[in-house]
Amino acid sequence: MRSILATEGLGKLFRNGTKALDGVDIVVEEGSFVSIVGPSGCGKSTFLKIIAGLSEPSFGALKWNDPGGREGQISFVFQEPTLMPWATVSENIYLPLRLKGEGRADVASRIAEVTEAVGLAGFERSYPRELSGGMKMRVSIARALVTRPRLLLLDEPFAALDEITRLKLNEDLLKLWREQGWTVLFVTHSVYESVYLSSRVAVMTRRPGRIAADVPIDLPYPRDAATRVSPAYGDYCREISGRLAEAMA
Amino acid sequence: MTRDRLLQILAPTVVGLIVLAGWSAVVSWNAIPVYVLPGPAAVGASLWNDGPSLFGSLWVTLRITAAALAAATILGGALAILFAQSRILELSLFPYAVILQVTPIVAIAPLIIIWVNDAFLALLICAWLVAFFPIVANTTVGLNSADRNLIALFRLYRATRWQQLLYLRLPSALPYFLTGVRISGGLALIGAVVAEFVAGTGGQETGLAFRILEAGYRLQIPKLFAALILLSLTGIAIFALLGWISRRLIGHWHESVIPHEE
Ligand SMILES: Nc1ncnc2c1ncn2[C@@H]1O[C@H](COP(=O)(O)OP(=O)(O)O)[C@@H](O)[C@H]1O
Ligand SMILES: [Mg+2]
Repeated sequence: MRSILATEGLGKLFRNGTKALDGVDIVVEEGSFVSIVGPSGCGKSTFLKIIAGLSEPSFGALKWNDPGGREGQISFVFQEPTLMPWATVSENIYLPLRLKGEGRADVASRIAEVTEAVGLAGFERSYPRELSGGMKMRVSIARALVTRPRLLLLDEPFAALDEITRLKLNEDLLKLWREQGWTVLFVTHSVYESVYLSSRVAVMTRRPGRIAADVPIDLPYPRDAATRVSPAYGDYCREISGRLAEAMA
Repeated sequence: MTRDRLLQILAPTVVGLIVLAGWSAVVSWNAIPVYVLPGPAAVGASLWNDGPSLFGSLWVTLRITAAALAAATILGGALAILFAQSRILELSLFPYAVILQVTPIVAIAPLIIIWVNDAFLALLICAWLVAFFPIVANTTVGLNSADRNLIALFRLYRATRWQQLLYLRLPSALPYFLTGVRISGGLALIGAVVAEFVAGTGGQETGLAFRILEAGYRLQIPKLFAALILLSLTGIAIFALLGWISRRLIGHWHESVIPHEE
């Protein structure tokens, strides 16, 4: 399969002397769902920020397959919904297009489409404070998808949500990914979540982070509740947990 | 009307009535002369009789207050936006804004009244000096308080500085700015009154402060009280009006103005 990006020996040394990443090698294939699991503070967020261009690598290389690089291809979902509280759901989703200079009327159908896709139809005029945590996260995802990105970066997006909401959002995200075919780089600290969602799980070491293991998850899609109770799923969870324990040692 | 709302009106009303009754009793029991401390009835009568002439003076003071607040709002907001655009500008000018703020207006007012020939303008400048700092300071904090992740998001989507200001920093700063304006509303009134005190007679038109001085000199104490009451009511009205505007502008999203649910 064609890759969308690759890093070679990517590292990050902060000005205060903290070395967050030390030689990350990873290849991300077009259309794959790659999760990164690792202990807290190992540099996962730093890695996503470098991919997004919000931070520069200190050494190593980040290579994009397309000559255009990341330009206009990437969306980011943070751990917090990060919505503008003064703006309605629709206005929040419209933001990336507004910043590109698109007129509201010209993209109305696109906004309606993603709003529907994330299950927020009927809440267009609500303000963030009127929504539950899970619904706010849906707005955040819709805002990321409205630009039709090729690569979606998610940094522990569901970590603050309750278990039931989290499972539902996992399913819905997976469904959208299957329908729309973008590539995902998903950071989580939950082994179960990573195995359920991903076509591949990369395990990171303690700080400074490196990729300690890169495990393809050969569970068939579509995945559902039955996946979670299958023996193969349990095996993968055990394997990733073991790798994580090694990486933290 | 909920119980809470009822209490909100009832409790201060009861306190007010008790104070008025106590005041009235103290004055009549001790037979305090009206030129020392008039009772509520005498003050009420004065408010009724002198009201029309006092209103003319209130109007003068109110015009100065409103003009000063408007100038403080526009210039204070603009200065804060400039500060947000240039760190150098903020670092070089902010200390002087602080100096202006900490220097008592009574101390500068005589100078300003000497330097500026136009009486209205001189008073306006004094009131403006007192009013503008809270707006500058609050708005500056507000402009810098935009959510870090939202700023990152704007960078990710290659937002221009102008877009970031317009769609992110200004809306983030709005609640801070409005708080500043509310503080400044009261200060502008105080500034206008202090400046009028210093100026003495303000030419052909005299503000409420001068009427207070005048009533004091002539031992027309009930009139002095009437003027004071008008002044307080004006302050309350300004505060309430600015609070109402604030709720209209940000009530639908900002925590500070959202009523708590039962
Ligand atoms: N701007 C920064 N300056 C200095 N150190 C930082 C900065 N950002 C993150 N770090 C440090 O780098 C390490 C990795 O951070 P992060 O990427 O957020 O970890 P993770 O997301 O895996 O929990 C942490 O020890 C953190 O304190
Ligand atoms: Mg993190």
